[in-house]
Amino acid sequence: MKKIIACLLTGVMALGLVACSSSAPAAGAGDGAAASGGDTIRIGIFEPSTGDSASGGKKEILGMQYANAETPTVEAGGKKYNIELVIADNGSSADKAPSAASELVGKDVSLVLGSYGSGVSMAGGPKFEEAGLAAIGITCTNPNVTAGNDYYFRICFLDNFQADVLANFAMEKFSAKKAYCLGENGNEYDQGLVAFFTQVFEAAGGEVISDSFPTNNSDFTSYLNKAKSEGADVIFTPVSIAYAKQIMEQAASLDIDIPFLGSDTLDDNMVLEATKDTNLKLYVSTFYQEGGSETFDKGIKDYINNDSAAMTANGGNDTISAVTAMGYDAYYVALEAIKAAGSGDKAAIKGAIPSVKWDGVSGSIAFDEVGDAIRDTAYIKTADTSTGTWAFEKVQKGSGN
Amino acid sequence: MKQSNKNVKIFFGILILLLFVILLENISAFIPGLPMVFDPMSPLFTVLKKAAVYSLVAVSMNLLNGFTGLFSLGQAGFMLLGAYTYAILTVPSNMKDQVYYLFGGCAFKFSFVDLFGMIFGSTGVGGAVSMILGCLLAMILAGCVAGFFAFLIGFPVLRLKSDYLAIATLGFAEILRAIFQWQRLGPVTNGANMIKGFPTFSSFNITAPSGAVILRLSTFVPFLITSICVLIIVLLINSSYGRAFKSIRDDEIAAEAMGIALFKHKMLSFVISSFFAGIGGALFAMYVANAQAKAFTSTMTYEILLIVVIGGIGSVSGSILATFLYVACSEWWLRFLDSELYIGSFKVPLLRNGFRMVVFSIVIMVIVLFFSQGIMGSREIDFSGLFKKKTPIKERKQDQ
Amino acid sequence: MEYIISVLLSGISVGGQYALIAIGYTLVYGILRLINFAHGDVFMVAGLLGIYLTATLPITVSLPLVIILTVLLGFIIERAAYKPLREAPRMSVMISAIGVSYLLQNTATYVTGGQPMTYPTISFLSDTVNLFGTQTKWVVIITPFLVLFLVVCLSLLINRTKVGMAMRAVSKDFETSRLMGIKINSVISVTFIIGSALAAVGSILFFTNYPAITPMSGAMPGLKAFVAAVFGGIGSIPGAVIGAFIIGICETIIKGLPSSWDVSVFSDAFTFALLIVILVFKPQGLFGEAATDKV
Repeated sequence: MKKIIACLLTGVMALGLVACSSSAPAAGAGDGAAASGGDTIRIGIFEPSTGDSASGGKKEILGMQYANAETPTVEAGGKKYNIELVIADNGSSADKAPSAASELVGKDVSLVLGSYGSGVSMAGGPKFEEAGLAAIGITCTNPNVTAGNDYYFRICFLDNFQADVLANFAMEKFSAKKAYCLGENGNEYDQGLVAFFTQVFEAAGGEVISDSFPTNNSDFTSYLNKAKSEGADVIFTPVSIAYAKQIMEQAASLDIDIPFLGSDTLDDNMVLEATKDTNLKLYVSTFYQEGGSETFDKGIKDYINNDSAAMTANGGNDTISAVTAMGYDAYYVALEAIKAAGSGDKAAIKGAIPSVKWDGVSGSIAFDEVGDAIRDTAYIKTADTSTGTWAFEKVQKGSGN
Repeated sequence: MKQSNKNVKIFFGILILLLFVILLENISAFIPGLPMVFDPMSPLFTVLKKAAVYSLVAVSMNLLNGFTGLFSLGQAGFMLLGAYTYAILTVPSNMKDQVYYLFGGCAFKFSFVDLFGMIFGSTGVGGAVSMILGCLLAMILAGCVAGFFAFLIGFPVLRLKSDYLAIATLGFAEILRAIFQWQRLGPVTNGANMIKGFPTFSSFNITAPSGAVILRLSTFVPFLITSICVLIIVLLINSSYGRAFKSIRDDEIAAEAMGIALFKHKMLSFVISSFFAGIGGALFAMYVANAQAKAFTSTMTYEILLIVVIGGIGSVSGSILATFLYVACSEWWLRFLDSELYIGSFKVPLLRNGFRMVVFSIVIMVIVLFFSQGIMGSREIDFSGLFKKKTPIKERKQDQ
Repeated sequence: MEYIISVLLSGISVGGQYALIAIGYTLVYGILRLINFAHGDVFMVAGLLGIYLTATLPITVSLPLVIILTVLLGFIIERAAYKPLREAPRMSVMISAIGVSYLLQNTATYVTGGQPMTYPTISFLSDTVNLFGTQTKWVVIITPFLVLFLVVCLSLLINRTKVGMAMRAVSKDFETSRLMGIKINSVISVTFIIGSALAAVGSILFFTNYPAITPMSGAMPGLKAFVAAVFGGIGSIPGAVIGAFIIGICETIIKGLPSSWDVSVFSDAFTFALLIVILVFKPQGLFGEAATDKV
């Protein structure tokens, strides 16, 4: 018995080695071997497909895969290149991120797109910098992702901008004087947004009460009841999808009629589903509103509906998440950078990115000197609880500081 | 065989290993056209670095669980203490405002690296010296802080019996994590945000003024520190203290009857193990280039525990061997299981995201159930036989 | 006032759900002296089974099926992962339990694709009701009564039946009861079956109230239920239930404290601090029997 198992184990290990050693030279060569002939440029996708950000990561990958299916080749320097996407799972955790990053480096990609979530981007960033590989963050909104790392760029807005937008929206729309903020303890995304929101809201004369819940918490009724008994005018919950879903479900059973404000993570059809047929008022700020580009909407819906794997990745329906649109745009920004660089050379691409400009479905994209996208607007949308869809609310600008 | 002779051989063995690591990391610079694996950016080196870090933590856990018989699950908590101590003390002063941007700067205004920089200068050779000294001091303090907390928590919990001790230390680690994530302590711990910008392994690469790398030492550094620490632990295990630890593991009551101060020795083992876990935490922070409490969960402790079990409870070399295998499998060799694979037009079933971890946990269960001795049992690889012979360690249980 | 009632209500419902898991812990620990780390994950798997089964079958069929399958899972885990190690040191069994927990979590991640899953609404249980001016779900009110009912049944089983007597005997002295002709393995299997069935019932109540399931959903309730079992005195069923209610209520009170104190983050930490304090000062818990070391 033991011998059989030992043999099996050895077999598995050997297989692993074979797979690795066979992929490595292929990565090094990469010439003429591609199916349709011609050269290949590899784009690394650094996204979580397991762990607590998996849901968002998968939707972002979906956008890139769709874009890749739409435009699988690029002409650069008078030559036609095939684009191949190489996906590495960073497992939503900072200790798995470096090895996922080095896997991409090892597969000889020309640039990297991702990730959803700032923590993993910050953990992977130094690896890319060391390898001289440019990375374009898609929806990592923490200021520290690009600050101090010349090789990291991003196409989304930052936490402070988003918090600013939402605080202004709360005061304009609901004339809110008192806000209740709830975030996960130890999650830099939640806490960063809460802190910036507090700054803006208090500077404008409002009052903020904030709470943090421990990781893996499932009972939110105490917090929601507290918000109610404190007489909050709005509840700000910039939390990750699983928690947001939990909060919405529980708020519905408590019949909370205070409006909820959410950040880009809440723009997810799982959260939307939880608000269906309830009296909840949910407003989220996001990068893209369905209907912003009809060709994109139609194309991606067809893509999702014709591919069962894509359908599962999107959570079982064809509602378009903003992160999917962002992933789509990121892919085209990458293509522009490759065109400007004239080849798949890492250094040339890195040098070309800062001057890339692209009119994407989520708005026009250009980079500032830190490597952040220059954006001054966010979309606010609200959950239409009777139909279970997102309804466009308004385009909100920041207070301009 | 004379003991001193053996020690010399071990010393040379480690030296050769370290030189080999340096060579391995730099070989691609001298010989072009080598396979991609030898590129300094390839997964090979990431795996080596992570494994070096984890093997120190695994050995420190083995000292406690395998050699003293104290079943503690607080390793992640002590690593967290080490990682934060190191990170807070080495972030350069001019980076602090950027890193602690939510809290308007850090409560600790200084950085060891900068302090030594004032003495030795901050550029060129002086800069290198001050960075090495600063990091070293911070790392030792990281161990000390972890050891100190172990000392405090040891008073109540070390009186507990096996599984109660496990759950109490696990709880202690969870409490620590909640405290370090508390926004109120932000000026010290940076709250939920990660601390970054401190010297990492790559900072030890020797570079020309232009920025080009002359000699890569980023894999060598964790190997060096781990070797030194493991050597100290091995010396301890072979000393009279080590024999006392083992006697406590084998039979507490008999050990007490032989005149071994139970509590004192348990405490000693606990504090020393935590000290090295703290250093391991500092190394881990260097490996991931940030310190954030979120990473130090009980899952991490379980991972390390499983490594210890796979290597063999009570075998230092087993723990090290198991760490390298474990990390290489989970982070590198088995990654192909996560992506869809076509052999010709045949799609291999089951392969998709997450499958790697399923296969991996089944393998672990098989080892736990059918090879409960692990790879090495309580034996050690004998270095004096130049990696060839596997001979039982002298102190092996003589019960048969 | 309304606020206080609402906090207490959630405390009682959380406590009730912990109680159902804690009974599983306390039974297994009482007999095997094993902290069954996988118990919380069995609870999570029961939740996932509930989702997948109700998607295809009517609720009246699927819920009993969930309980049966969970029992089967508990039984298989015991036979596959704990029985071979019966003669091994206690540490090995615990490591095996950690391994099973790891396996269940990873398998759940693989099957769900890492997405949070939504538990189906069960009519009646999910309906809301107005109690003293606070909205709540029926399940919150039913949970404590159901727990009490199950505890009474279980106490009868343990104190009045032959299996129960065997269980008590095994927990007192493993070796002697074997000599007395008690089939140890079947007694242990019965323990796991009862524990898993309660975990399945617990999962139905818990996830009806908190409908999002992730692969990590079981870990925290599992650990807290264990603390509850220790608090109440390991091996004592009423102790585990009372411990669970106390912990559930304390936890929600801490969460409900004024935000300006900023202590709500410590609701989990409090549970563990409580555990350490109890272990140090009253290791036998509220209702447990003091263990004596035999030399």
